[in-house]
Amino acid sequence: MLKFDDCTIDNGGFHLAADLSVYTGRIVAVIGPSGGGKTTLLEGVAGFLPLTSGEIYWNANPLSDTEPGKRPVAMLFQDGNLFPHLTAAQNVGLGIDPRLRLSTEDKTRIDAALTRVGLEGLGPRKPGALSGGQRARVALARLMVQHREIFLLDEPFAALGPALKAEMLDLVAELARESGATVLMVSHEPDDARRVADEVILVTDGKAHPPAATDRLFADPPEALRAYLGDA
Amino acid sequence: MADRAQPVSARPGIGAAACIAALVLGTLAAVAWRAEPGGGLSAADWAAVRFTLLQATLSALFSVGLAIPVARALARRRFAGRSALIALLGVPFILPVIVAILGLLEVFGRAGLISQLLGLFGLDPIRIYGLHGVVLAHVFLNLPLATRLILQGWQEVPAERFRLAAQLGFDAPAMFRLIEWPLLRQVIPGALAVVFAICLTSFAVALTLGGGPKATTIELGIYQAFRFEFDLGRAALLSGLQILLATGAAMVAIRLAQGTGFGTGLDRSLRRWDGRTTLARTTDAVWIALAAAFLLLPLGAIVASGVPGFAGLPFVVWKAAGVSLLVATASTALLLLAALPMSAAIATGRHTAIELAGLLGLAASPLVIGTGLFILIRPIADPFLLALPVTALVNALMSLPFAMRILVPRARDIVERYGKLGLSLNMAHGPFLWRVFLPRMRAQIGFAAGLGMALSIGDLGVITLFADPDIATLPLQIYRLMGSYQMEAAAGGALLLLLLSVGTFWLLDKGGRHHAEI
Repeated sequence: MLKFDDCTIDNGGFHLAADLSVYTGRIVAVIGPSGGGKTTLLEGVAGFLPLTSGEIYWNANPLSDTEPGKRPVAMLFQDGNLFPHLTAAQNVGLGIDPRLRLSTEDKTRIDAALTRVGLEGLGPRKPGALSGGQRARVALARLMVQHREIFLLDEPFAALGPALKAEMLDLVAELARESGATVLMVSHEPDDARRVADEVILVTDGKAHPPAATDRLFADPPEALRAYLGDA
Repeated sequence: MADRAQPVSARPGIGAAACIAALVLGTLAAVAWRAEPGGGLSAADWAAVRFTLLQATLSALFSVGLAIPVARALARRRFAGRSALIALLGVPFILPVIVAILGLLEVFGRAGLISQLLGLFGLDPIRIYGLHGVVLAHVFLNLPLATRLILQGWQEVPAERFRLAAQLGFDAPAMFRLIEWPLLRQVIPGALAVVFAICLTSFAVALTLGGGPKATTIELGIYQAFRFEFDLGRAALLSGLQILLATGAAMVAIRLAQGTGFGTGLDRSLRRWDGRTTLARTTDAVWIALAAAFLLLPLGAIVASGVPGFAGLPFVVWKAAGVSLLVATASTALLLLAALPMSAAIATGRHTAIELAGLLGLAASPLVIGTGLFILIRPIADPFLLALPVTALVNALMSLPFAMRILVPRARDIVERYGKLGLSLNMAHGPFLWRVFLPRMRAQIGFAAGLGMALSIGDLGVITLFADPDIATLPLQIYRLMGSYQMEAAAGGALLLLLLSVGTFWLLDKGGRHHAEI
């Protein structure tokens, strides 16, 4: 279980308050107006932003004193998820060993992951020679080999077209269900949340609300969500 | 609260900055300790101060004054060879000063091109030694830099504004009053201050073209006190004076200067609708032609006069070239060893102190540091044996501000864009440094290394203080050949020096950019 215990995340003067829990294996969409604190919530979990009070626990272990790279977290950012000077296979390999000392077995795993996301044989290519969708797939292949328990997705597919984006979200959900990972995914689109998320965390005005079941939430939106969604 | 995690460690950079601060401030302290304030400044010292300020002021005024019409012409004209000419404007920055001086002597000297032309009309040859020679050389070396600085300002005017001006039918005076003058008012003070600061501490020009009681700069005075009179107290006193002036000028220059003048994209031409009258076209063409001739004639003269002597270059010249390459390689290695960790440290946060340490090279004069090192080394070792290591060290320090200007923006960009990704992949420190930071810095490292190498190969400064007759870098060897009137060998050596400095710069810069992904 991922537990935000009455914590405040400090993003350079902007503070986000969160007091909520997410059950292991759930896929949770994080929605809310821009500037509300969605990214702040994820970066607090990832360890890029400090807490000014409270604590974040993963299975009862406090995370505060753990370096970002040592947390049980794999994160995909809005952009720049790949190093342009490394090949697709090397970018995936970083998920296994940050020093890229890779055994034959590791390389087999990398190839298998690339094949799984539909990029068979494209390992030697550099990101510049791949399309936007293919780059997103490379990042997903890395997510696979990282074997982390929490996936944090900060709108990594925002630049893709609707069909491609839906395909990627399905793939993420599939990978998460297989490995039992817990997912927090930021989204602007209620449709994305409806598509894959079990629950939704609404983040507005510096406060993250506890997760609510997706279908129930959209069926009867509370005031804050209604203000965000508009009358549509 | 713990420090925010960083993908690269700031510690080596802080260490490097501390070493530099210790070196600069330690030598200053040594100088201050030896200075004899009791004696005060002699009349000759005051003359040196006056001459230093006068030549720097005139050099700045002429360089910037002439750069204005040239930059304006380059900004609004498009012609074949325009990019080449703008690239050429970058050459004097890495051109060894001694080569520039030999080239200028070929054109403006007693037996030079222009004197010969004057002779045809029965006129006396021009005299290049003294104040006007020093100013001429400084203008040759700094006019291109000033032009690039002003051109950069011009490029920053939004294209919409020129479109609007064309739409409203501005005539030339309106154009000047509403667009050009506000722009110039912004860039000129910075350009003046930069050129003034550079000329204030320039040494090789004063050494070769100045001299004598009427044309001695403070820097030259330090050299003479040190080398001829071995009066460390007086050298130290002049050094103290030089520090005050140079620090003041550097602080003004840093505050006022906006660009660096060696940014990319300067060859991008603006679409403009003004200046279409015949008069405007002709003036622009004349300015461009004059500037090109002023730059190309001395360079061409070096090549032309160097070729005959090249085949028969004496062994000492080749040996000196080897020494220069060695010193420059060591200097470049030192430069990168300091600049890379410092740029990484600056990229991870607000380390103003490190940025200041990086700028110390602008305020410190090479001869002052040389004097200080001499005072410090003498009790423990023979300073003359350490001539080459000291030269490499001082050269690295002098190139550091430029290297930092090249490296820091890229380092910031890398940490900003890839820092979090690296951290989330547990790549902090070692793996991020080797797998991300250095590979992505490659083009900038090549550029900075090329610059450091070229500046060091061409430097004629602190080596003159320390060298004994048996050892010389190539610029010093050329200077000695000039002193003994072996002009053909000097010209051949100058051509070799030109090839070495421009060649190594080109190789390193090109090597860095080769196959580098953006």
